Amino acid sequence: MDVSVTVNGERYERDVEPRKLLIHFLRDDLDLTGSHVGCDTGNCGACSVIVDGVLVKTCMMLAVQADGSTIETVEGLAQDGELNGLQQSFSDHHALQCGYCTPGMLMSATALLRQNPHPSEEEIRTGIQGNICRCTGYVNIVEAIKAAAE
Amino acid sequence: MLLREVEYARPASVEEAVRLLSEHDGARALAGGQTLINVMKARAASPDMLVDLNRLDELKGIDLATDGTLSLGSMVTYTELIGSAEARARPILGEVCAQIGDVQVRNRGTLGGNVCSNDPTNHLPPLMVALGATMHITGPGGDRTVPADEFFLGVYLTAAGAGELLTKITVPPGKSDGFASVTIGKDGTCIVNAAASVNGGVRVAIGCVDAVPVLLKADSVDDVPAAVQNAKLEPPSDVHASADYRRRLAELAATRAAAQAQGKS
Repeated sequence: MDVSVTVNGERYERDVEPRKLLIHFLRDDLDLTGSHVGCDTGNCGACSVIVDGVLVKTCMMLAVQADGSTIETVEGLAQDGELNGLQQSFSDHHALQCGYCTPGMLMSATALLRQNPHPSEEEIRTGIQGNICRCTGYVNIVEAIKAAAE
Repeated sequence: MLLREVEYARPASVEEAVRLLSEHDGARALAGGQTLINVMKARAASPDMLVDLNRLDELKGIDLATDGTLSLGSMVTYTELIGSAEARARPILGEVCAQIGDVQVRNRGTLGGNVCSNDPTNHLPPLMVALGATMHITGPGGDRTVPADEFFLGVYLTAAGAGELLTKITVPPGKSDGFASVTIGKDGTCIVNAAASVNGGVRVAIGCVDAVPVLLKADSVDDVPAAVQNAKLEPPSDVHASADYRRRLAELAATRAAAQAQGKS
């Protein structure tokens, strides 16, 4: 089935099997490997991206469902090789340990800050409730998001 | 994970969706996919065809009638309901939807998907039963309505049969509602949940204790604990809670939900 998407401003057209999950389409077909497969059960959020302005877990969406949509992934955050404010804040606050959850955390934080530019700590924690950090480094992640919002 | 091979159809109308569902034995409606895609990975479900409802705008409306009846399209997401001014006419709906899953799941998961999957640990089946909602079903034979307390037939089984589609849920007016649950972790799966509505008498629907929500009626909130005891619930035992413990939690959740409902009257 033909699928046409715009990812981080670039248009892609591919022939895709309906059974292919959006995460595998992004990683294997488009070679955008920033979004991670963590649990593959919809729990961990490492595969989170923004589809038509909405934060979703791409292991629970088919690639064919994204046909015609505009997708933002972690690869689109940095501009001209420079980390954006949120990414720099993650770096400054040591908000990553192994880094596996980071792409998903960044996309969830991006979606949160767009909707709510000055979230409280509780709102930040709700915003990333769908993202699991197995290093349990949540404190610094919350700090990084809070600092990026200021 | 790679799913089993599956055909994919994107109908342009509810009529076409119903035709696809009724003409293909192995066809299944794909709502938000937050349950179905995962059970397909585990091969617990292996449909031959997915009929994607996501682009059917006719299933996405939220309307408030002049008599206060709220009409919720089956493809309304939890996030859309939480943000809807109309849906605040029955505040418990948004309050409960905000407790489901996480941000990403609420962005994709739908009201129709929640009730039609009828997992006994889901939030919305007991809520819809307690509120006295009406389920609107369309199929090859036409349209029909089923009261929520007759809609849930068994684990993963509802009155929306093969070839049929839930199109909307209507909820009568009211404000004195409550919901309480005991979950695994803060946002996890329910061990027990209960929804209550006070309108003259008290309607309490308890989830996770049987294949379908258990509806109890009491004259007053004070009578709810006795009503739960008299119901002689036989809940399942699992690693999270023994039957005895779950029975105790059911009484607790029902009592809390009823007290919360009364507090809003």
